[in-house]
Amino acid sequence: MTQTSLGESVVQKEIHAQEKNNGVAANITHTQPLWLLAEVTYRCPLHCAFCYNPTDYDKHTQNELTTEQWINALRDARKMGAIQLGISGGEPLLRDDIEDIVIEAKKLGYYSNLITSGVGLTEKRIQAFKDGGLDHIQLSMHDITEEINNFITNTKTFELKKKVAAMIKNHGYPMVLNVVIHRYNIGHIKEILEMAEALGADYVELANTQYYGWSLVNRSQLMPLKEQIDEAERITNEFRQKVGNKMKIFFVVPDYFGDRPKKCMNGWGEVFMIVTANGDVLPCHSARVLPNMAFPNVRDNGLEYAWKESPAFNKYRGTDWMKGPCVTCPEKMNDLGGCRCQAFLLTGDAESADPVCSLSPNHHLIEKAIEDSKNPVLASKPIIFRTDKNSKKYVAGDKERVEEFHALP
Amino acid sequence: MENLQLSQTEEFKIEHSDVFAIALHHRFQWEEAQQSYVILFPEGMVKLHGGAGEVIKRVDGKSTVGDIVADLKAAFPEAVNIEADIIGMFEMASGKAWIRKI
Repeated sequence: MTQTSLGESVVQKEIHAQEKNNGVAANITHTQPLWLLAEVTYRCPLHCAFCYNPTDYDKHTQNELTTEQWINALRDARKMGAIQLGISGGEPLLRDDIEDIVIEAKKLGYYSNLITSGVGLTEKRIQAFKDGGLDHIQLSMHDITEEINNFITNTKTFELKKKVAAMIKNHGYPMVLNVVIHRYNIGHIKEILEMAEALGADYVELANTQYYGWSLVNRSQLMPLKEQIDEAERITNEFRQKVGNKMKIFFVVPDYFGDRPKKCMNGWGEVFMIVTANGDVLPCHSARVLPNMAFPNVRDNGLEYAWKESPAFNKYRGTDWMKGPCVTCPEKMNDLGGCRCQAFLLTGDAESADPVCSLSPNHHLIEKAIEDSKNPVLASKPIIFRTDKNSKKYVAGDKERVEEFHALP
Repeated sequence: MENLQLSQTEEFKIEHSDVFAIALHHRFQWEEAQQSYVILFPEGMVKLHGGAGEVIKRVDGKSTVGDIVADLKAAFPEAVNIEADIIGMFEMASGKAWIRKI
């Protein structure tokens, strides 16, 4: 799936923030998993260099949940208040039971969102989704040029994406495009927005790459310059003025270039719950990189336990886990210390401030990453694409790379 | 209404004869877990406080704004200046494109 798609832009703006709970267990403080993200498979026909899926995803491609297990998960989450359902992956359409999942989602009263690369979407399937009550299809697009699309995804999918966009429109679906932004397409923002308008897009999400999983491995090759991002934002604002409400454009700002971190997932265990292909239940997409954490699995104790009782979901709720400089920071409620995964991946300490914050003692790591991205030697290193072969290498423990990007404590 | 700001850039003049429907790809429903009405749309949700929910509940693609004002006045006779609030809600919902003029 693409980056940041699930609600990080929309839900944070529109959903009423849950009561702050200061680390007290969820059953006392009414946190609710409003968002259920079902990462139904890690298999994917695309090999995007910026994918945030875990680099060791290959471990989780053989033990996917069954249709029945997914349907039970949907029911349990709905009882707990989940209302938006994201069906994602990998490429969800590689499973042949998405039709059944969609029907159940409709019955339960979810607003259901299929998040897809478009590969595998046929007339027959889209008709079945429409009949089954799927509410929305979000399509990832990569560039206006065939060359960049095919390069960054490592596949020949450019023509297909245009066909799928038309199919989505013809079936009366809202056209929601997600475009992950990186060095190779940031110079084409205006053309990308024009393409979106020509396709009749209702929503466009310009999601600057965030650096997790495969995109972290390829960070020096993907990161654009600050000036390019500023220019892209300026063009986006101009375009917004022009199109007004007809096409809503979300520009997801990259945190590396900000002074303060993002309030990741709107807070750990506040509104998001992710069930992965193999049934692990996570508070954020990349939480499994964190050390010494045992994440619950739907096959064992179910979703209610996972959300309310599991040590993993309670570990970073609220502010009790914080240390300096966050713990005494007057702004701590604004961002809750940022992203635990980013803190760990870059500093080796999951409880330290997100190094994106200029108050973090580790902020130099971000400055160095930005410098590295300007280093022509690093920037010209070959991109490591998200392929099963490369993932198997990570599973087997490609020490050099693992050490380079997962600073171990 | 929570966490929402009126669009500053556009004016939406509401007439009593206007008829609105819920916008395409949006869904209005009661959420038991939230104990409130919500509007759902791709990857997002807006929670509507009591009064706002009462207004949008009556948006059905047939009733005019005038009908809805009269209906709400009858349903909540004790409410003061209710009409300005209702029109304000129509302006906001229309500005946010949650409802569309028919």
